[in-house]
Amino acid sequence: MPTLRNRDTTAAAAIMTPALLLIACFIILPFVLAVALSFTDQRLVPNLNAPTGFVGLRNYLRLLGQPEFLQAFGNTFLFALIVTPLQSAMGLGAAILINSRLPARNVFRGIFFLPTVITMVVVSVIWFALYRIDGVFNQLLSLLTAGAAGPVDWLHQPWLALPAIILLSAWQGFPFQMVVYLAGLQQINPELYEAARVDGAKPWDEFWGVTMPGLRNTHIFVLVTTTILAFKLFTQVNMMTQGGPNGATQTVVRYIYEQGFSRGSVGIGAAASVIFFLVVLAISIAQRFVFRSDEEVR
Amino acid sequence: MRSGFSIPRILLALLICVLVVAPLYMMVAISLKNDEQQVLVDFGNWRAFWVWPWAASLDNYRIVLADKQAPFLRFMFNTVLIVASIVIIGIFVNSACAFALSRLRFAGRGLILALIVALIIIPMEALAIPLLLMTARAGQLETYQAQIVPFIAHPFSIFLFYQFFSKLPKELDEAAFVEGATPFQVYWKIVLPLSLPVIATVAILQSLEYWNAYLWPLMVTRGPATRPVSLALAQFFGTPPYLWGQLMAFSVMMSLPVLILYLLFQRWFIQSVVNSAVKG
Repeated sequence: MPTLRNRDTTAAAAIMTPALLLIACFIILPFVLAVALSFTDQRLVPNLNAPTGFVGLRNYLRLLGQPEFLQAFGNTFLFALIVTPLQSAMGLGAAILINSRLPARNVFRGIFFLPTVITMVVVSVIWFALYRIDGVFNQLLSLLTAGAAGPVDWLHQPWLALPAIILLSAWQGFPFQMVVYLAGLQQINPELYEAARVDGAKPWDEFWGVTMPGLRNTHIFVLVTTTILAFKLFTQVNMMTQGGPNGATQTVVRYIYEQGFSRGSVGIGAAASVIFFLVVLAISIAQRFVFRSDEEVR
Repeated sequence: MRSGFSIPRILLALLICVLVVAPLYMMVAISLKNDEQQVLVDFGNWRAFWVWPWAASLDNYRIVLADKQAPFLRFMFNTVLIVASIVIIGIFVNSACAFALSRLRFAGRGLILALIVALIIIPMEALAIPLLLMTARAGQLETYQAQIVPFIAHPFSIFLFYQFFSKLPKELDEAAFVEGATPFQVYWKIVLPLSLPVIATVAILQSLEYWNAYLWPLMVTRGPATRPVSLALAQFFGTPPYLWGQLMAFSVMMSLPVLILYLLFQRWFIQSVVNSAVKG
């Protein structure tokens, strides 16, 4: 029916125009600009004496040979590598707990979810107080070691600052993984547990034999989403350590922010953005790949 | 395991509650202490989490609210205006786009859909620098629109709407088309009123996302005119000396509205996070 199709085309164009126009201006154009600017020495504040020029791969070569940038990347990878399994395990543990026979489980679920509702800026302020040299963590430390371990400056020790950031990030973030796992757990057929029990399976066997395989797709989703979220690490670091001490908590996004905004080197910042995007893209392609192979198995 | 509730499990759940609530509890306790010296003394022991009812004071709240250099209510208003604008305009713009993609037939439909799904993966952080350059060149720094307009169209929200609309029965709009309704009427009068669940999901997810916005407002705002409340706290925190009582009072006041909304619509909050994870 050509008339229907024509009517649909005109209407569709009209209805979609606002969204498509905004997407073109604020997603596609900046994306193209990021790529284009990464090959230039563009400054944030234009310098009339030094007009912007094409510099080829110079920004990329500079970044890949720069210890600061590589350290930022290394920190971000390390952060993602630790926080992703930690947060997922915390989320899974809490989900299993809530999904078991627990009284007032909805109340517990509601309380466990609280940290996610608190914005990261507030979380950073609170945890900065907890990490003080005379703060709660140091008191706990000295209590647990009977005074043997002296107070530690959590956020100013190069080897402790990133773990400190990891801990607060996991505290704030785990409820997300918890509710996703909870939904996954509720989709596992209860008969599988019945069958396992008839076979005399212990809770531990049930966990590895029924729960973990049943959560396969949830695992993949949670791991990929959490990894990508971890790669965007910025707020808590910028609030609490400003990337220090000595770059020990510098992250890719904070590097992009410093170069492109604070120093006004849009060209370098754009090149770092492109590399950042490519890494996120690679993670997400890996996800698709794993999902596909999963479907083939079935 | 099947008879009654297991005590260790309840204790474990209570322990997690303590770990989750303790930092928030400390925030409230410190905010109620009007003696900064006492706050510092209390930091390292149980009294950091405690304030005697007769010693509790609202002085910190009064000081924060009275500060003319950093007008708390103005910051709060800015946040509400920015987040509400993004979410409300976004619901119409994104759902309309998804409606066309899922219910109308036209050339290039599959291509546009594939493009929008592909765009979901681009993180805002990777676009921040070119977007900043564009905003600065357009002379739009320090404005509300710089914090609203770029974020209205949201590929992931379009995708969520698309999934929901695709599951609605076809007979619904076909019957309306037979009776001579225009596509826009079908969208406005039939599809949108049926979409409350997905509207709630998108609204909550987007509200949380922009309530948490930090990088972008950090780059495009300076003074209190358009600065959102979380940035104002960040700035207050970033200017030593630390006035802990006031910092915590500020934190409590900015968290309270969201906490109340969460307590009222708890199931919706959690459900929308779950919905964001259940991919098609």
